[in-house]
Amino acid sequence: MRQAIGIDRVVKRYGAFEALKGVSLSIADNEFFTLLGPSGCGKTTLLRTIAGFEDVTAGEIALYGENIAALPPEKRPVNTVFQQYALFPHMTVRDNVGFGLRMQGVAPAERRARAAEMLELVHLSDFADRLPTQLSGGQQQRVALARALAPRPRVLLLDEPLSALDLKLRQAMRVELKQLQETTGITFVFVTHDQEEALAMSDRIAVMSNGQVQQVGDPRTIYEAPVNRFVADFIGETNVLPVMVDAVADGRARITLPGGHVLTTDAVEGLAPGAHHVSIRPERLSLATADADLTARVERVIYLGTDLQLLARLADGTPIITRLQNSSRNELPAAGAEVGLTVEAGAARLLLD
Amino acid sequence: MAARTDMRRYAGFGLTTALCLTILYVPLAVIAVYSFNDDRSITNWAGFSLRWYADVFTGPEAPIFRAAAWNSLSIAALASTAATVIALAAAVAMIRGGRFHGRQASYALISLPLMVPEIVTAVATLVFFTAIGVRTGYGTILVAHITFCIPFAYLPIAARMQGIEESYELAARDLYASRWQAFRLILLPLMMPGIISGWLLAFIISLDDFIITNFVKGAGMETLPTAIFGSVKQGIKPNIMAISTLMLMVSVVFVTLSYLANRIGQKTR
Ligand SMILES: Nc1ncnc2c1ncn2[C@@H]1O[C@H](COP(=O)(O)OP(=O)(O)O)[C@@H](O)[C@H]1O
Ligand SMILES: [Mg+2]
Repeated sequence: MRQAIGIDRVVKRYGAFEALKGVSLSIADNEFFTLLGPSGCGKTTLLRTIAGFEDVTAGEIALYGENIAALPPEKRPVNTVFQQYALFPHMTVRDNVGFGLRMQGVAPAERRARAAEMLELVHLSDFADRLPTQLSGGQQQRVALARALAPRPRVLLLDEPLSALDLKLRQAMRVELKQLQETTGITFVFVTHDQEEALAMSDRIAVMSNGQVQQVGDPRTIYEAPVNRFVADFIGETNVLPVMVDAVADGRARITLPGGHVLTTDAVEGLAPGAHHVSIRPERLSLATADADLTARVERVIYLGTDLQLLARLADGTPIITRLQNSSRNELPAAGAEVGLTVEAGAARLLLD
Repeated sequence: MAARTDMRRYAGFGLTTALCLTILYVPLAVIAVYSFNDDRSITNWAGFSLRWYADVFTGPEAPIFRAAAWNSLSIAALASTAATVIALAAAVAMIRGGRFHGRQASYALISLPLMVPEIVTAVATLVFFTAIGVRTGYGTILVAHITFCIPFAYLPIAARMQGIEESYELAARDLYASRWQAFRLILLPLMMPGIISGWLLAFIISLDDFIITNFVKGAGMETLPTAIFGSVKQGIKPNIMAISTLMLMVSVVFVTLSYLANRIGQKTR
């Protein structure tokens, strides 16, 4: 696997404030790579250092093996789709899309042809002569995409490109963006704070918080095997329960759940026996038929169509959410009833704090 | 936005407005009307005539006015252009230059001339020219005009630039434009309404200036305001009203253009 971008211990300081606290990432060629994290965690800052709009305080960034620290933005084979699109308001859609080619010295005729080709790719061929202000938000977004793709960059940086669109359009664009990435073969570095978007589109995700990378992995790993409490909480819905790790051996850990039931699960590197937490996804819990792992008192049952959500509390007061598929099952527990819950094998994930 | 209290509901608003408008515009209206009076008197209406306009261009004082008009217009054009270029450079440095040492001081320096009494500037400028031994004349008027026009050109330019997000230039740089190309192809066109507006404002300010000009013009050199003043000292004749009305029209045209430039700017944002 060829490396497209190598980020090595990058630190970015604004005065006394550290926006990036030593970020290291390796992004592969052809990859759809997502930076995911809450607002203010440093995603845009990291993107800006890759594009060349910000200098790094410390650390190195390599593009296809070449250190680009000294290169100004116009010398980096990287293009950006800006969060607010930043389409040039005084130029037509065609001139916007052709701008990068013009700066590269491509002849007008070829420029026109390439711009037309790009506009076709984003289904905007009929809008070439309009000004950006005469387009809807979704159309502007596509123009921004076409403009950034036209010079055939090696890497495309996208800063929350879908956040300004309404839900339906956003969902349609997810699929389209992913297809675009696959057809063009360009490495995409996509920034979002929307975990669903990240899971749906990415080859790999880097979860960030507070200027640090918390975990890197494919969507399934991030969702099913979060390494710490932040990742478990941030990605989807989860139950975080306090547990006792009694023993660790051969990559397995024996843990005692609240209520005293003992389970074995995968150990986590660097985790010693003692008091810790596990994450258990609500859909990996089910109503116990026999010997229950957890005992809880039901507070509320919420009907969600395809699913049912069971809100309950353990004896020590810890809330626990269970998602049950809505099938023609036997009767549901009523509020106030005591239920036994079974934890699916391997579903209890130990977390580093 | 929350509904604001309508000013018009305050007691006395109508009266105050009427009073202000009267004080501001009645003298101008009187001059404009009487410039078309077919009589030497400036109080007695004797019918419509263009004779005083003809007098401005062909009468005994015509050569003085013609020379003065040429001086005024050429100085205004040169001074406003130079001031606009300097103001644009200042605005780019102040607004796009990031934080640099002395940024606050620079801002104060640029806008201070607006607050200094003009007579003080006039005396200081004259003292300066005398001290460095420059002969007063066309050149000194031009230099003085460039100086006091800068803040007037700066204000609309800076206001416009503040409204242009930096992301446009970054997008241009990202698309392989050099710093200079990003300025010329993106920032400059987006700034144009502010630049035009600033230039027009500086032009009017220069055209209109009397006090400073009077100090630094030197003997035998006149601009329109100083020529008019010189003529009025020998008594007010209707040809002065005609020439004042012409200047008023030039001002109105320029102010309207400046306003339109800003309006168009708003639309293209
Ligand atoms: N130019 C700047 N000066 C000072 N602080 C900044 C600057 N740019 C960003 N920051 C701070 O850095 C942090 C990360 O910002 P950003 O990368 O924009 O976050 P995100 O894109 O993840 O929402 C924020 O706390 C923000 O306030
Ligand atoms: Mg951001």
